[in-house]
Amino acid sequence: MVLYDLIDYDVLRVIWWLLLGVLLIGFALTDGFDMGVGALLPFVGRTDVERRIVINTVGPVWEGNQVWFILGGGAIFAAWPPLYAVSFSGFYLAMFVVLAALILRPVAFKYRSKRESKTWRSAWDWALFVGGAVPALVFGVAVGNVLQGVPFELTPDLFSRYEGSYYGKFLGLLNPFALLVGIVSFAMLLTHGAAWLSLKSEGPVAQRARAIGSVSGLVTMAGFVLAGLWLAFGIEGYALVGEVVTDGPSNPLHSEVGRTASWLSAYGERPWIAIAPVLGLAGMAMAVRGLRAGRELSTLLWSKLGIFGAISSVGLTMFPFILPSSIDSRSSLTVWDSSSSHLTLFIMLVCTVIFMPLILVYTAWVYRVLWGKVTEADVTSSSDTAY
Amino acid sequence: MELDIVELSRLQFATTAMFHFLFVPLTLGLSILVAIMETVYVMTGRPIWRQMTKFWGSLFGINFALGVATGITMEFQFGMNWSYYSHYVGDVFGAPLAIEGLMAFFLEATFVGLFFFGWDKLTRVQHLVVTWLVAIGSNFSALWILIANGWMQNPVGAEFNPDTMRMEMTSFFEVVFNEVAQAKFVHTVSAGYVTAAVFVLGVSAWYLLKDRHTGLARRSITVAASFGLASALSVVVLGDESGYSASHTQRMKLAAIEGMWETHEAPAPFTLVGFPDQETRETHYAIEIPWVMGLIGTRSLTEEIPGINDLVAEAEERIQSGIIAYDALMQIRETRADTPADVRERFEEHSSDLGFAFLLLPYIDDPRDATPDDIAKAAADTIPGVAPLFWAFRIMVGLGFGFIGVMLYFFWRSSFRGQNYPRWALRAAVAIIPAPWIAAELGWFVAEFGRQPWTVDGVLPTALSVSHLSMGDLLLTLAGFVAFYTILFVVEMGLMIKFIRKGPHQDVEETEEWEARHEHRLRTHDGQGPSATPAE
Repeated sequence: MVLYDLIDYDVLRVIWWLLLGVLLIGFALTDGFDMGVGALLPFVGRTDVERRIVINTVGPVWEGNQVWFILGGGAIFAAWPPLYAVSFSGFYLAMFVVLAALILRPVAFKYRSKRESKTWRSAWDWALFVGGAVPALVFGVAVGNVLQGVPFELTPDLFSRYEGSYYGKFLGLLNPFALLVGIVSFAMLLTHGAAWLSLKSEGPVAQRARAIGSVSGLVTMAGFVLAGLWLAFGIEGYALVGEVVTDGPSNPLHSEVGRTASWLSAYGERPWIAIAPVLGLAGMAMAVRGLRAGRELSTLLWSKLGIFGAISSVGLTMFPFILPSSIDSRSSLTVWDSSSSHLTLFIMLVCTVIFMPLILVYTAWVYRVLWGKVTEADVTSSSDTAY
Repeated sequence: MELDIVELSRLQFATTAMFHFLFVPLTLGLSILVAIMETVYVMTGRPIWRQMTKFWGSLFGINFALGVATGITMEFQFGMNWSYYSHYVGDVFGAPLAIEGLMAFFLEATFVGLFFFGWDKLTRVQHLVVTWLVAIGSNFSALWILIANGWMQNPVGAEFNPDTMRMEMTSFFEVVFNEVAQAKFVHTVSAGYVTAAVFVLGVSAWYLLKDRHTGLARRSITVAASFGLASALSVVVLGDESGYSASHTQRMKLAAIEGMWETHEAPAPFTLVGFPDQETRETHYAIEIPWVMGLIGTRSLTEEIPGINDLVAEAEERIQSGIIAYDALMQIRETRADTPADVRERFEEHSSDLGFAFLLLPYIDDPRDATPDDIAKAAADTIPGVAPLFWAFRIMVGLGFGFIGVMLYFFWRSSFRGQNYPRWALRAAVAIIPAPWIAAELGWFVAEFGRQPWTVDGVLPTALSVSHLSMGDLLLTLAGFVAFYTILFVVEMGLMIKFIRKGPHQDVEETEEWEARHEHRLRTHDGQGPSATPAE
């Protein structure tokens, strides 16, 4: 017997679909507040000291948090190669914009306070704003486009082609529904950043953050409900047609795909998934209440729960689809036909089971060491170590 | 095939990878050097070693930021620009990349924050552990990325699956313990250590020339020279190991590096210098050292190393065999589960040559229609650009031996000449700071340019690996990367120079107090003051 037969291929595929969700949610829960804080920076910090406080609340942790994103990319490559191949080249220019923003961010963190000049610091502050706001927006826009289907088709060699010249389509990505999802994602991470600042800073910085966060939390909720209604009435869904083979070879062209009236028919088939959007809305609502009342840790946890619910509801609604195609539905990528091989999924699972608990333990230790608010004294007294 | 898209994608990958590789070697080496310095601090308690840790740590931080930032590009570039490659080999190539994230990136990125912010929040030993974890994390990441890269050079532990049209892993063990990957890993990290050693040596020499921070500079030179000497030796030895494994895994690359057109009877000579001519397939004015190539490449006097012309003839045969595989593949695709057993069998027999049939695609749409002329052209394409490889390799090796000399000299002065360095030697140490970067970039060039025309040797041609993009997309992003990276580079260099000029943050009070407390112990037998003590 071969060791990897211990877990069936279709079970492994579902596990990796869940792990994909874990990584994306892990990224939103951790690096999400770093991005929110970056986007809030110019508005909650008025003086240089205030801005340094804001930056230093995330200074020691953003780098580790960002690895969730990098690992997300690596895990998609390893576990869902067709998804990696089709989506990254399909969203080419959008990916480039995200990359530029994400390259700017580490440099801005490290270099901002290394010179005294006002223009230097102000320029990097805006770089941090861009590094936080742009990815937050673009990720939402990408999700909005995935829900509507992406215009790609697979040749018999499984080479993915896109309709027309894709860079002309960059603007096409910015359609109304996708922009709405982009705003939800941006507002959600802004709220999350505000919840973090409310925990890690004090005085005027924390107050301003709470004021902005309680508004953006409401925007998130309103946008989320609106997007749900739009999905219910305005956007066609996808469904597998005929006999569904769940443990066959990973070739998307082997399955048939049809269109349905709405994605939300999934809620008729699997009513229990309604818990995800409910958690999303409830978490956000409680986070807004917490921000208004000035509660700290519980607000951050509610906000995390809200993000968890919102992102899971997208995945659960689309299951088993991962990336539907709007021009050739047969090319659509699903959980059953776009994973890695049985052996690779198994090995990657073993590695994840070994390393993920370790990562969580040492990350928790680092957060514990850094526990407590960042104060004015912290940034002025240790100017050679703080950002 | 849209050749221009391929060329531009290659140019973009080379630009972003080589830029990324300006920061990686220094990160690899400096992380270890800083950890060594902090270890001395924790063991001796002398404040100057903490100042050294913090000072070199601050330069490490400036460099690290750009290493991280430009590394993000690398991870996404495969999917963005090499979409078919990603589909075709993701099952094998993606795994080490993901494990790199799990095992290495999380470690270094989570603890690097504490390295800078944790001085007042951790005990000495805790902080030392954090520093070592950063260093180990950085070095682990080199391990996994080189396992991925090693697989592109020598694709073991995988086979082609006709149902999914891609390579799939058959043995994770073989992928990890790929001999090419292991030799490359030690060679590359050692090169990183040499880079950091030359950097620390050069900056310290500059301080000695200016008569500033001499205590820090002398100690740093001692650490850098001893660490650098060991690393420089390791680079050359493992470079030799790479050459040995290339003689049976990447024979074309080796022959091209040598400008060896014809198979020479064993043991082959090593061409010291010469002028390879791709057109006439000759190397002009070659100066040869007898036997050396045979010894390096095969470690024997009897084994032959095939020349380029023989390898091209072999490629023609493999293309013929690949066409059979391609034909079987097309039948399997038509009939899927109902494929006759003999077709599957025929495919299995020839599938390892399938990639060679793809070499025909620039000339004809269906490899099965190939004429002998097409096959000859495709086989000739398997020769990489010989002259650039020939020269890049020789400059790299020359620099490698040079580093051994430099490190040996400074090690000797530091150990046996009371840490006194003549001014000419210090000036030379400053002048050679850029040299390890040149050697590292050339090494990258030899490995990757020498792999052409393949992205995965013998499996997938570069021309087939790209994404479906327009010229506009590529020109825009290439221009964007060049402009963006140029600005970042200028900013980075500016900060580096500023921090080097500023020098370490010296806590004079603390140092004096420490020395007063330990004066009795530090005084040497001849009654000299503590400042004259050699390195502890």
